[in-house]
Amino acid sequence: MTILRIDKSCWTEGLDRARQAYALVGPAPDGEVPGFRELKESEYPIMDGSQTRLSPKGVVFPPSQVMMTCSFKEGDPKKDIYEAVKIDTRPRAVVGIRPNDAKALQLVRLNFDTEEYKDPYVVEAFEACTWIGLAVQAPSATDFSTSCGTGPFDESCLDVMLVDNGEHYLARVLTDKGAAWAEAAGFETPAEEGADARIADLKASAEKAISSSMAWNRIQEGTVLDLYEADHWNKTTFACLNCGTCTYACPTCWCFDIQDEVHGETGYRIRNWDSCMTSLFTRHGSGHNPRETPMQRTRQRFMHKLKYFPDKYGQGIMCVGCGRCIEQCPAGIDIRDVCNTMNSQA
Amino acid sequence: MQNPYVPYPVRIDAVDTATEDNSLKTFTFSFLNPGDEEKFAYQAGQFAELSIPGQGEIPIGIASSPTEKGFVMFTVFKTGKVTACLHDMKEGDIMGIRGPLGNWYPWETLTGKNILIVGGGFAFTTLRSSIKMMLEPENRSKFGTIDVVYGARTPGMLLYKEELMAWEKRDDINMHITVDATDDPDWGYHTGFVPALTEKVAPAASEDTYAIVCGPPVMIKFTLPVLEKLGYSHDRIIMSLENRMKCGIGMCGRCNIGKELVCKDGPVFSLAEINMTPGEF
Repeated sequence: MTILRIDKSCWTEGLDRARQAYALVGPAPDGEVPGFRELKESEYPIMDGSQTRLSPKGVVFPPSQVMMTCSFKEGDPKKDIYEAVKIDTRPRAVVGIRPNDAKALQLVRLNFDTEEYKDPYVVEAFEACTWIGLAVQAPSATDFSTSCGTGPFDESCLDVMLVDNGEHYLARVLTDKGAAWAEAAGFETPAEEGADARIADLKASAEKAISSSMAWNRIQEGTVLDLYEADHWNKTTFACLNCGTCTYACPTCWCFDIQDEVHGETGYRIRNWDSCMTSLFTRHGSGHNPRETPMQRTRQRFMHKLKYFPDKYGQGIMCVGCGRCIEQCPAGIDIRDVCNTMNSQA
Repeated sequence: MQNPYVPYPVRIDAVDTATEDNSLKTFTFSFLNPGDEEKFAYQAGQFAELSIPGQGEIPIGIASSPTEKGFVMFTVFKTGKVTACLHDMKEGDIMGIRGPLGNWYPWETLTGKNILIVGGGFAFTTLRSSIKMMLEPENRSKFGTIDVVYGARTPGMLLYKEELMAWEKRDDINMHITVDATDDPDWGYHTGFVPALTEKVAPAASEDTYAIVCGPPVMIKFTLPVLEKLGYSHDRIIMSLENRMKCGIGMCGRCNIGKELVCKDGPVFSLAEINMTPGEF
């Protein structure tokens, strides 16, 4: 594994060089609500270490996405027959992603890339991306990533990890994909001796700065029914408005809806983000709803993240401790409290 | 990469009103592209997404039997936007079918066993597929006794009446047809609810007898205690569930019951399996 030194004075020049082979995606300079999007010429990713309000999941799983179209034109031999839209497979360098957000996207991939079915829109987007992460050196008060099997310097889902070291980045090139991007950018200067130790020091200090945690060890050992029927749920979920903000902000929530629209003589089948917080999400055609009450819907969200997902995939919990849901919840619901309550009663 | 969201284009070959209140219609489709029928190879108990361009998709159990070739058949209750649109479609119209989806009744386990089928209302579709398949000459000897308890509100609400009457005449299947009530003086079958009739006519529980139950929630609610009382163990009670679905391939996230996804891990579960879940269906 190589460690490169990238002087910040050469940074944008390298990003521009790499643009010849890669579309550049990153935290965009979009005012108060920055998120990840493709950056236009002369735009560069925000690299100040701040967390985007929306997670980067839209890079592989856009909030709204046309999946297929069909013609309603009389006489068209393909009238009424849906065909998939062409999928964007251009190589993309996603620069400035937080390590735990990259981990979150790999958890999302587990849902869309299965033995039986592969969602080509998501899987091909993943294949097209090279993940250039930026280690988190100043975790916020709501960062509990180290409780979730990841952390501020988690390299496991990155191709390159950048570490801000003042006037330059130290870049750990972790995969062949990462090496190809670094080469395309012209980043080739080896870091000085001791860079590894410097990264280890910064990692230790970032992890030490994380002061909050949540425990889920007993949840994993407990039974689904005991956790589901525990008597804390009415109290735990009482404040929830079912607004769904948490589900849209969450980097691991992947639920979606499929809707048809007609514009002119063309039909569109569109995938949109959805939320388990809404009543319509599960309401049957008959009107019966297996998750009728707000409590049932909120319980579903926590049970999914902390019990159903781990039981199904054996890859830990479906949470990377980014804290977005805690920061953005209008009712002050804190997944750490809910999880700790579930754990203590498991 | 195979795109699991793209439906096979099909033509509507026949539309038949299935019940006296016109709320159910049976649609027979043929595939437009040669080869798609083979790709759509299915088992009794599976479902598919019926796709109407510009309107949406609906998950519907496959009513035809895998042994019936050249067409696929679905019986659809008119209840929402897409089903209402489908009910207005006619022979020759083009639409789509995506599937087959989900698991199926456990035919490998059921081979050599006595089968009790308990169905109610318009949930009889995949049961029709199953009975048709089991009664084929090449399949009948693979099963022991076959008993069918099927009920609807009135005689006019029974699905597939001609076939029911034909099966009634056979001696290799025991049909127990009932309606909740009727003032038809010519009605020659049972009256009363499915659970009560099940208690009277179901074969004795044994290691070699399985019950397949598919019907409205109220029928299931009162039938399960009857089967338990008769001694059927939970792993020998097979049920087909439904939940709201969109993708049908285990990705969109709405049909879960605990960690199980009804669309992909189901819709067929044993009662023993269902008892391990939170039961949100």
